[in-house]
Amino acid sequence: MSFQTSKENGVVVVDVDGQLIVGNRQELKQKVLDELEGGERKFLIDFANTGYIDSSGLGVLVSLSKKIREQGGELRLANLNEDLRTLFELTKLDTLFNIADSRQEALASF
Amino acid sequence: MMVGEETTRFVLQLPSDLRIIEAAVTYLVSRCRAFAFGGSRLNLNFRVGVTEALANAVLYGNQSDPGKTVRVEVALDPSRVVLRVVDQGEGFDPSSVPDPTLPDNLDRAGGRGLFLIRELMDEVEYNECGNAVRLVLLRDAPQRRQASVE
Repeated sequence: MSFQTSKENGVVVVDVDGQLIVGNRQELKQKVLDELEGGERKFLIDFANTGYIDSSGLGVLVSLSKKIREQGGELRLANLNEDLRTLFELTKLDTLFNIADSRQEALASF
Repeated sequence: MMVGEETTRFVLQLPSDLRIIEAAVTYLVSRCRAFAFGGSRLNLNFRVGVTEALANAVLYGNQSDPGKTVRVEVALDPSRVVLRVVDQGEGFDPSSVPDPTLPDNLDRAGGRGLFLIRELMDEVEYNECGNAVRLVLLRDAPQRRQASVE
């Protein structure tokens, strides 16, 4: 499980490898908040290599979305597989987040 | 539940440590696979539902107290898996947890665990004081939420 950060076209991209769960959600939160405090305002979290997310993982995404918005920034999510999409739909979080089918689509939407 | 010849029963006794949950769930998934559970029923419904139940037991039931354990009683057969997750806490009222999908609650960071358990498992039943929950997942039931067709 890891979070790789990179920058593309002025967007901070975080790749989530493995799972986003109660045991590692703080690490993701801190990485994004560090970038936010550093002045970054555009964020993309890419789930192409993510197996599953638990409710804590969903919670940290909600929390980050709020903080980023409060700072005038934008957050996109991309590459949710069908199971992950189901979680977002069940919890109605698909109405809260801007979710793209691909990294390219997400980057182009900023 | 009808107990047939092919029912396997076992018990896990887990420490109140979130770090053990992933390994415990992975083990349970592997036991279910031996009975031909698979696809989204296993990888989404079972994995997430049981993870949430264990996390709730550790965090809220036992307050992550290292002196307390979470007991997981499992009965597994080709048609279903039944788990009973028991913590050593005071219990709670499951009906008091607000619906996280209401517009006013969407922005909340927490409160989705119990909701996901109810949405993903076929049967969810708490004991009277709320420190034990019985979860049932049928192997082949029609899915209320199906991520992919097998």
